[in-house]
Amino acid sequence: MADGNGRGGIKEAVAGMGSHLRESQVWNSIFRPGSPMRSDNSDSPRNRSYVVMNNVLYHLHPVKVKRHGVRISYTLCLGGLSFFLFILLTITGIFLMFYYRPTSPQAYFDLQALGSDVAFGQLVRNMHRWGAHIMVLTVFLHMSRVFYHGAYKPPREFNWVVGIILLLFTLLLSFTGYLLPWDQLALWAVTVGSNMAGYTPVFGEQVTFALVGGIQITADTLLRWYVLHVLFLPFIMVIFMAVHFWRVRKDGGLSGPL
Amino acid sequence: MAQLPESLLRRSAEARAKAEGRSVEDVLAEIKGEAPPTAPPPAVAETPAPAAGGGGRDLDAEAATFGVPRPLLERSMFARSKADGTPVPAMAGVAAPAAAATAVTAAPAPAPAAFSGPPPGVRTQRLLTVVKAGAIQGTGREPEDKVNVWPHLLAIEFVALLAMLAFLTLLSAFVDAPLLEFANFNQQPNPSKAPWYFLGLQELLAYFDPQVAGIIIPGFGVAALAFIPYIDRNPSVRPSDRKFAISLFTVFFVGASVLTIFGSFFRGPGFNFVFPWVDGIFFDDLLTILE
Ligand code: HEM
Repeated sequence: MADGNGRGGIKEAVAGMGSHLRESQVWNSIFRPGSPMRSDNSDSPRNRSYVVMNNVLYHLHPVKVKRHGVRISYTLCLGGLSFFLFILLTITGIFLMFYYRPTSPQAYFDLQALGSDVAFGQLVRNMHRWGAHIMVLTVFLHMSRVFYHGAYKPPREFNWVVGIILLLFTLLLSFTGYLLPWDQLALWAVTVGSNMAGYTPVFGEQVTFALVGGIQITADTLLRWYVLHVLFLPFIMVIFMAVHFWRVRKDGGLSGPL
Repeated sequence: MAQLPESLLRRSAEARAKAEGRSVEDVLAEIKGEAPPTAPPPAVAETPAPAAGGGGRDLDAEAATFGVPRPLLERSMFARSKADGTPVPAMAGVAAPAAAATAVTAAPAPAPAAFSGPPPGVRTQRLLTVVKAGAIQGTGREPEDKVNVWPHLLAIEFVALLAMLAFLTLLSAFVDAPLLEFANFNQQPNPSKAPWYFLGLQELLAYFDPQVAGIIIPGFGVAALAFIPYIDRNPSVRPSDRKFAISLFTVFFVGASVLTIFGSFFRGPGFNFVFPWVDGIFFDDLLTILE
């Protein structure tokens, strides 16, 4: 109702629009029954189950989990944070792809331009780089927490092996990304790193050749690692992550309690 | 009914006490008092052995209680007595009850003759539905202490996600990622260091032959890590039972960390040993933080 100066009227009109929207067919078609976003939602054990069951989330989480599993001190959220960082790196990485060409010398100039010409370019680049470093850390720490809980014991043996594959791919993703700025740091850090692979007994030369696309790092290496970095490795990683999460549930949810 | 763990009973008693405003002990006692006897109700197939005195069975009553047709009960009883070689117990409710009962119990051998095939209208395969109690009730599942993912787990995950996002955004707002001069194939910086997660390996290169430090140690290291679940056959997850495994992993964990920190901060030009507080830090990943 209007109250003289008309303020209340606007307020009520906005509130009315809000509830109108929340009761509309469009809204209810987006949020499935049980969602707290719906106007007809109430807090009940049944609706709490529906929040998960009627949600795409049901592919990741069951309706209920063991009580000790939600204690932060059990997982330290490390696996979840690794996954979140992977998603964040995907989003920031797609942003960076708009402004990056994997050729010499454009790659380097594109990175310079990110810092000077692109709105939020430097911020997004920073998030991508620091996020990648942090992800290596969280994955390693996640592995350690799984070890200390003995969570690799039957029936979870294979999920540990899947985890090791994820660890290797995390390192490979990080390492291939390291070359892309095409500056002195990138070139020589990657030279030192891939020289190590060249020490492989018998096949050393062949390994180097496949890795850097020649007998030493060149602009061809840049393109090769770019494709690995933005397409091939994330693709494999997503597949193994899907298996990893699926196995966590099939193996009976989280391990423990100790 | 499986035996409920004490902790679950207690939790439920606490919740009920809170709701009804009574003392926890009170409610706990009540729950325990009300709890049904732990022994499962006698099921049909588990016909109690006939009492010494030839105690009879009231099959009509049993049929009513368990919802099993009386002819089936009879069949099962005869079959059991035949298999066991025990006399068929007396039955109440059979035609000419008293005489039949005495006759049957008195007979030394089972009396199959007393059973004249399935009564009309009873299909013999119905017998398959008579299942031992243990088979349908003993799922071997202990009741577990569980909570709803929504809101308990999702709220925590969301907070963790926000905290990580906030931390990363702040870090990125204040610290720029390094970008040195354009890549120059003719000018190798001194020292040249691998990305920090490989600096432990580069550190090993200072002690061992490249094939050992660069290939054999990391190769066998990763293989050993991957095979941990198949090497460690100890089923216990209690830390006190796993002293050896935990020590070994801790040696690996500390060793890898020390080597990495050493390679990052204590190696300078020519990958020679330096004290970072005397000679400065030669760690390009951190360049912009240090400036
Ligand atoms: C990209 C890397 C990885 C991601 C995104 C990831 C994600 C997750 C998540 C979300 C969980 C659920 C529990 C938790 O958060 O701790 C989990 C559990 C688990 N992870 Fe990973 N993980 C990764 C790498 C690894 C690695 C390197 C290992 C071990 C070598 C590993 C082994 C396991 C095992 C055995 C479990 C079951 C733990 C339990 O039941 O307590 N994961 N992972």
